[in-house]
Amino acid sequence: MKATRLAALLLFAPALLAAQQAPDRSRPPALGPPPKLTLPAIEKHELKNGLDVWLIERHEVPLVQINLLVHAGSGDDPAGAFGLASLTAAMLDEGAGSLSALEIADEVEFLGADLGATSSFDASAVRLNVPVRALDRALPIMADVALKPTFPAEELERLREERITALLQARDDPAAVAAAAFPRALFGGTHRYGTSAVGTTATLAAFTREQLAAFHAERYRPANSTLIVVGDVTAATVLPLLEGAFGGWSGDRSVQRTAVPAAPRPRERQVTIVDVPGAAQSAIRVGTVGVARSTPDYFPLQVLNTVLGGSFTSRLNQNLREEHGYAYGANSRFDMRLSPGTFVAAANVQTDKTAESVREMFNELDAIGKPIGADELAKTKNYLALGFPSAFETIEDLAARIEELSIYGLPEQFYAEYTTKIGAVTAAAAQRAAAPIIEPDALAVVVVGDRATIEPGIRELNLGPVRVVGVEEVVP
Amino acid sequence: MRSPFALSFALVALHVAPCASAQPPAPLEVPFKQFTLDNGLNVVLHRDTSVPIVAVNVWYHVGSANEKPGRTGFAHLFEHLMFEGSKNVPEGAFDTLLEAAGATNNGSTSNDRTNYIIDVPTNALELALFLESDRMGYLLATMTPSVVDGQRDVVKNERRQSYENRPYGMAEIALDELLWPEGHPYHWPTIGYMEDLTAASHDDVVAFFKTYYAPNNASLVLAGDIDLDKAQALVEKWFGAIPRGADVLPVAPPSAMLSGVTRKTLQDRVSLPRLYLAWLTPRHFAPGDASLDLVSAVLTGGKNSRLYKRLVYDMQIAQDVSAFQASAALGSAFQIVATARPGHTAAELNAVIDEELARLQKEPPTAREVQRALNQIEASFYRGMESVGGFGGKADQLNAYYASGGGPDYFAEDLARYMALTPADVQAAASQWLPLARRVEVTVEPEESR
Repeated sequence: MKATRLAALLLFAPALLAAQQAPDRSRPPALGPPPKLTLPAIEKHELKNGLDVWLIERHEVPLVQINLLVHAGSGDDPAGAFGLASLTAAMLDEGAGSLSALEIADEVEFLGADLGATSSFDASAVRLNVPVRALDRALPIMADVALKPTFPAEELERLREERITALLQARDDPAAVAAAAFPRALFGGTHRYGTSAVGTTATLAAFTREQLAAFHAERYRPANSTLIVVGDVTAATVLPLLEGAFGGWSGDRSVQRTAVPAAPRPRERQVTIVDVPGAAQSAIRVGTVGVARSTPDYFPLQVLNTVLGGSFTSRLNQNLREEHGYAYGANSRFDMRLSPGTFVAAANVQTDKTAESVREMFNELDAIGKPIGADELAKTKNYLALGFPSAFETIEDLAARIEELSIYGLPEQFYAEYTTKIGAVTAAAAQRAAAPIIEPDALAVVVVGDRATIEPGIRELNLGPVRVVGVEEVVP
Repeated sequence: MRSPFALSFALVALHVAPCASAQPPAPLEVPFKQFTLDNGLNVVLHRDTSVPIVAVNVWYHVGSANEKPGRTGFAHLFEHLMFEGSKNVPEGAFDTLLEAAGATNNGSTSNDRTNYIIDVPTNALELALFLESDRMGYLLATMTPSVVDGQRDVVKNERRQSYENRPYGMAEIALDELLWPEGHPYHWPTIGYMEDLTAASHDDVVAFFKTYYAPNNASLVLAGDIDLDKAQALVEKWFGAIPRGADVLPVAPPSAMLSGVTRKTLQDRVSLPRLYLAWLTPRHFAPGDASLDLVSAVLTGGKNSRLYKRLVYDMQIAQDVSAFQASAALGSAFQIVATARPGHTAAELNAVIDEELARLQKEPPTAREVQRALNQIEASFYRGMESVGGFGGKADQLNAYYASGGGPDYFAEDLARYMALTPADVQAAASQWLPLARRVEVTVEPEESR
C-alpha cells in the first residue's frame, strides 16, 4: 500500500468505528509540539603548533572520545597506488615510537581503551575511546601511533597478505561483489572511485614501507588535521594533556589536495551481470554518478532519497518487500564525497524474481518524476527532522558528526539548522534536484547472481546492452 | 530481525552524576520504578532526561524455543506480522504513523524471546503506547491469510540473504543441529527451515498469538525523558484493558550433553576452509557463564590473545579467529571459529587450537591477561550506558535483566560477576566446559568445483 493512499485512509476513518470505552482507539493520539534538541556548542582551541582542537563536553559517562582527523584519504591515492591511504592508516598501530604492534595493543586494551586508525575516501583518522581515568596514559600512545609510526617491514607483510586474502574472500560474498561491481561499472578501473579503498591484489602486492612512510610524512601534518575531543573532560583538564602529546608535532606546511575528478554520468542504460553460479539471490544495484557533499541541493536530495528508498515506508521498500515479497528490503542512497560518489538503489532479491524486481525498481525510479503527495512529503520531512537527534547518541557518534563538519568545511551551525532546512524543502525542489541525476534512461544496472537463471529475463527487459563478467574482474 | 534499515534511534543516556576526571568510574546505577498491571504485564520505568526521547521496549517471553517441530521459524515469522496492522491500525499505518512522528522501530527474535523497540520523540510517547498496546491486545482483528503470505515471502528472502547466500551461512545451522539433540528446541534455527515457513498457516498465527502474546507473558520498559507518574498512568490507560491470557508453561527441554566428538564437513561457495568448534556450556548467568566470557577474551580478544597471536599474528595460517560464549536461557554454547589462509587447512588450525586449549586447561592465564580482559569488559559496560533505545540500549537491557530473573537493576551485579573472577576461575572453566574429547567440529570446505 502506498503511503499517500494510506494517509488519506486514516484521515477519513469514521469516528463512529471507535465507540469503545477509554482509551479512544478510534484515531491515533494527537502529537504535541515536538521537543527541541539543544546541540552542545563546540569550543575551539589551538595548540601551540597550530593544531586545531574542537571540544565538546559531555559528562554523562566517564569516557572520552579523541579523534585526530587528517585531511587525506583514498581520494589522495596516486594513480597505480590505489589502497595507499588505507594501508598507511592500517599500519599506524603496527609499531610506533618505541612500541611494537603487540605492546601497543596490550597497553591500550589494559587501559580499557579502544584505539584504531582508518581511512575513508575523504579523510583518515586515529580514534581513541578511553575511560577518563586512563586518558593520561592512553594519549601518549595515541600520539605515537598518529605521529611516529615505524612501519615495521614484517608487519607490512602480514597486513599485505591479510588484505589480499580479504579480497579473495570478498569474491565469495555476493553482497561484497555488488559493492565493488557497481562503482566499477560507473567509474571504471582507472578512476579512483571505481576501486574500493583497500585497492587491488596487484597494488597491495607492490606497496613498499617507504611509500607508506612517505605518504604519512607528507599528509599527516598539524596544518592538515583537527583534533576532536568529546566527553567527560573540560578544556582546563584536557588541553595540557593534548599539548603534551601533540604539541611537539611540527610541520607548518599544509598540503594541497588534488580533487578526484568528477566522473561523467552514463548516457544510456547499461547492464552488467556478474555471474555467481547457484546464488540464492540476485544483488541488484541501479544508479549513476551522484553529487559531491558540497552540493547546494543537499537537503532536497535528502528528502527525495528518503521518499524513494531511505526509510522503511519508502517507495522501494514498500514495493519490493511489502507489496511483492521479492526481497527482505530495498533502499537507496547518495554517497556524497568531496567529489561526486554514487547514487544507488539496491535490493537483494530471490533469484526467480530478478527481472520482475529490476522492473519494479525502474517503476519507482520513473515515478520520482511524478508529484510527491503532501502527506508523503510531510511524513518524510518529519522522519528526517524529528529523528535527526539519533545521530548524536554517543560520544563516538557526536565526534563523527564533528568530523563531517571538518572534512566538508560545513558551517558550524549546520546541525543547528538541519531541522529548519529540511522543513523548508518543497516537493518541487526535491524533484528539481533529482531530475538531472536520476534519469531512468541513463542508469547503470548491476546484477550479481546466477547468470544461467537470470540472464534471459534480464535481456527480455530490453534495458540496454548487457555485459557478463566474472567476479575476478570486478574485485581484482 | 524485522527491518533491514539501519536507522537505530536512541539518544545519550544521562544516568550517572557528573563526575570529575581522574576519579574511579561512578557506580553503574539505573534507577527504575517497577509495577505489574492487573492483567500481568510487567512494567519498568526509567527516567533519563538527557535528551527528549523515550525508548518503548517490549519483550515477549517467547522465541524459537517455543516452536513445534514442523513449524520452525514461526516465532520470527510472527514477529514480522506484528508490524502489519491491528484492530485500530490499518495495514501499513504502524510504520507510517511512527515515521511521521520522527520515530524508528524494529523487532528481533532469538531462541528465548521476541523484542520490539519503538524510539520516539517525547511528544509521540502516547502514539507509541497506542500502537504497541493495539497489537498486544487486538492483533488478530485484521490478520488475514494474505498478510501471512506476504511476510512469509519476506522472511524466506531474509533467510536467503542471511544464510543461503552468505558465505559460510549454513554452518551455524548445521552446528546447532549437531550440538543440541533432536527434540531440544535449540536444535533448529531461529530463522526456520524453508519447508516449515511454507507450512505456516493463518490458524497457526491465531493459536500462537493466543498462547504467547498475552500481557502476562510480556514486559514493557519505558526509558527516557518521562515523568514517572504520568508514564505509569499512560501505561495503565493503554495496556490496562488488555485481557490476561492463560499462564505460559516454561519450556521443558530434554537434557543435552555431548558424549564424544561429532564431526561434519560442509561444502560451500567459498575460497577458504573454516573450522567451527563448539561445546555445550552453562546457561546465561549460571556459574561458569561469565568465566567463559573471560576464556574467550584470553583466547581471541585482541592481538595478544593466545589464539589470535599464534594463528593470525605469528604463524599466519589463519585469516581470522574468534571465540565467544553464546549465552542463552536453556543452555549456552561456546564456539571457536577460525578461517584458514590460502594453502592451509582446517586441520592445521585445529591442532594449534587444541594445544592452546590444553595449555589453558593445565595452567591459569597470567594476571595481566585477565586484568586486561576485565578492564575491557568494565569499559564496555559504560559504553553500554550511552544509549537508551535501540537493540542493546538501556531499555532493552532492563528487559533482558528482568527476563533472566536477575531483576532490572542488575547492571552493577552483572559487572560484579566479572570483576570477581580470578585466573584460576578462567582455567577451571576451560577445563570443565571445553573438553577436547566432547565437542562438535564442523568444517566448511570450498566446493570441489573450485
